[in-house]
Amino acid sequence: MQFGIFSVGDVTPDPTTGRTPTERERIKAMVAIALKAEEVGLDVFATGEHHNPPFVPSSPTTMLGYIAARTERLILSTSTTLITTNDPVKIAEDFAMLQHLADGRVDLMMGRGNTGPVYPWFGQDIRQGINLAIENYALLHRLWREDVVNWEGKFRTPLQGFTATPRPLDGVPPFVWHGSIRSPEIAEQAAYYGDGFFHNNIFWPADHTKRMIELYRARYAHYGHGTPEQAIVGLGGQVFMRKNSQDAVREFRPYFDVAPVYGHGPSLEEFTEQTPLTVGSPQQVIDKTLSFREYAGDYQRQLFLMDHAGLPLKTVLEQLDLLGEEVVPVLRKEFAKDRPADVPDAPTHSSLLATAKRAEKEGARA
Amino acid sequence: MRLVVVSAGLSVPSSTRLLGDRLAAAAAAAAAAAAAPAATAPEPAPADVRVIELRDLAVEIAHTFTNGFPAPALADAFDAVSGADGLIVVTPVFSASYSGLFKSFFDALGVTDPDALTGKPVLIAATGGTARHSLVLDHALRPLFSYLKAVVVPTGVYAASEDWGAEGLDGRIERAAGELAALMAGSPTVRPAPRRDSFEEVVPFEQRLAALRPGG
Repeated sequence: MQFGIFSVGDVTPDPTTGRTPTERERIKAMVAIALKAEEVGLDVFATGEHHNPPFVPSSPTTMLGYIAARTERLILSTSTTLITTNDPVKIAEDFAMLQHLADGRVDLMMGRGNTGPVYPWFGQDIRQGINLAIENYALLHRLWREDVVNWEGKFRTPLQGFTATPRPLDGVPPFVWHGSIRSPEIAEQAAYYGDGFFHNNIFWPADHTKRMIELYRARYAHYGHGTPEQAIVGLGGQVFMRKNSQDAVREFRPYFDVAPVYGHGPSLEEFTEQTPLTVGSPQQVIDKTLSFREYAGDYQRQLFLMDHAGLPLKTVLEQLDLLGEEVVPVLRKEFAKDRPADVPDAPTHSSLLATAKRAEKEGARA
Repeated sequence: MRLVVVSAGLSVPSSTRLLGDRLAAAAAAAAAAAAAPAATAPEPAPADVRVIELRDLAVEIAHTFTNGFPAPALADAFDAVSGADGLIVVTPVFSASYSGLFKSFFDALGVTDPDALTGKPVLIAATGGTARHSLVLDHALRPLFSYLKAVVVPTGVYAASEDWGAEGLDGRIERAAGELAALMAGSPTVRPAPRRDSFEEVVPFEQRLAALRPGG
C-alpha cells in the first residue's frame, strides 16, 4: 500500500501571526514538503492544479520535474490535473516528458475542477464539465497508446496524423487515477478504463465516500478488469497530530476555525465527528485511518492533506516527521494484515512494464 | 400517507407553527374523509404528520453552505421532505418576502437533492403582522415552489394577526387543505416521481462516449 501527501497549494495567512507567505515562499515550501515526504519514507507527493489566487500551483509538471531531480524514490502525482480545461494533447506531452525525466516515478489524477470561472478563462463551458472530462480523457488515452492519432471530437480542433512526443517511457503510459467527490459518472469512467478511483474523503461524510467506491468497484468488475475487491482505490485524509491529543487540538483549532473551505462553519469537534478529519495523537490517527478500510475495503493509496490553512512550514515538517516515524510504519503493518493475496498494489511504472512485457510474450506465443 | 410541515416560525409558541398545525390537521382530516367514502369501509390509516421546525436546524442549515453536506439532523429532515407525499410550508413574512431561514432550508435541500420537490403537492402559507403582506404568497412563495417544480395548490393561506380573531381563516384553511389532500390522493401525473438515485442508474460509459462522437 502507498502512503503520501497531497497539497492544495493555497497561500493562506497564518491566523496565529497574521503573516501571509509570499508566492515564492509557498512554492519553495511545497518543494521542501515533497523532499521531506521522501526523507520520512512516504511514497507519493501530489500537487493540486489551480488557476486563481490564492493558489500557486498552476504548472504541476514544472514543479514535479524540479522535485524529480531532487528525489530518488518518491512517486510524483497530481491532485488533480484538470482534464476539463487543459488541452489533452498538452497533458499527454507534459506528463510523458516528466515520466522520462523522473524515470517512471509519475502518475496523475484527473479532476474536473470546481472553480466556475476557470472554464471560460480557458475557453470552455462549465455545463459541459462531465462531457469535457469524458472526451478529453478518451483522447489522452489514445495519444499515449497510439503512435499516430487521427481524431475528431466536439470540444477540440481535430487531429490528423498527430504523434504526441515524447512517447511514454518504455511504451507504458503513466497510471491514471480519476478523482471525484460526488459524481458517479466519474467512478463509472474510472471503472470503464480499469484506472484508479480516488475519493478525497475530506469534506464529505464516510457513507457518501462508501457509495462512490462501491459503485466504482462494482463497475470495475462489470468491465472485466478483475473482481470488485481488485479495483484500485485511493483515499484522502486530513490529520493534525501532536504526541498529546489535547496539544494537537489546542494548536490546530485557530487554523481550523478560519480555514478556507470549511472555516467559520461547524466546530472542530463536530467536523471531526462527521468527516474523516482527525486531530489528536498519532495513535488516534492510526485508529481513524485503519477504520477507512471498513467502508472502502482493502485499498491501494492513502494521501494526507498536511500543508494548508496557513500552517507554517516548520509545523508541517514536524507533522511529516510524526507521520513517517510513528503513523505510516504501523499503518503499513496493520493494513497488510488479513489483506487477501489477490488484492493488487497500486500500479507503478515497473509493475505496468512487467505486465506489458508478459502480455507481449504471451502474444508472441499465441 | 406522509405529510410533512416545514415551519419557519422563530418564537415559541409561534403563530407560524400554529398555522402549520391547523393546516396539517385539516389536510389529514380531508385525506381520511376522502379515503373512507362508505360507512362500512375499514378505518383508513391516519396520515403520518411530521413537523420540521427550521429554528432547531438553523445552525445545521448554515453549516451546509460552509461544508457542502448536511449534518445528521438536517439530513434526516431532508429525507422526510423528499419522501413526503405532500408538503405544507409556512413562513413568517420578513422584509416583504419569506424569511431567509426558510429560503436557506430549500437552497440547502436543492444542493443535496435537486429533485426533492419535483411533482410534489405543496401547500404554501405565511403569517404576518398585518394583512398588507398577503400577496407574499403569490409574489414570493408561489414562484419559488414553481421553480422547484412542485405542484402548488391553488389556495394559499395567509394569516395576519387580526385573522386569528376574525371569520374566514377557517374556511381558507379547509379549502387549501382539501385541495392538498386531493392532490396527495390524486392522479399519478401529479404524484411525486420515485426519487431517482444516480448511484443505481448509471449511464453505461459507452453510451456517454457515443453521445460525444461527431454526429452523435
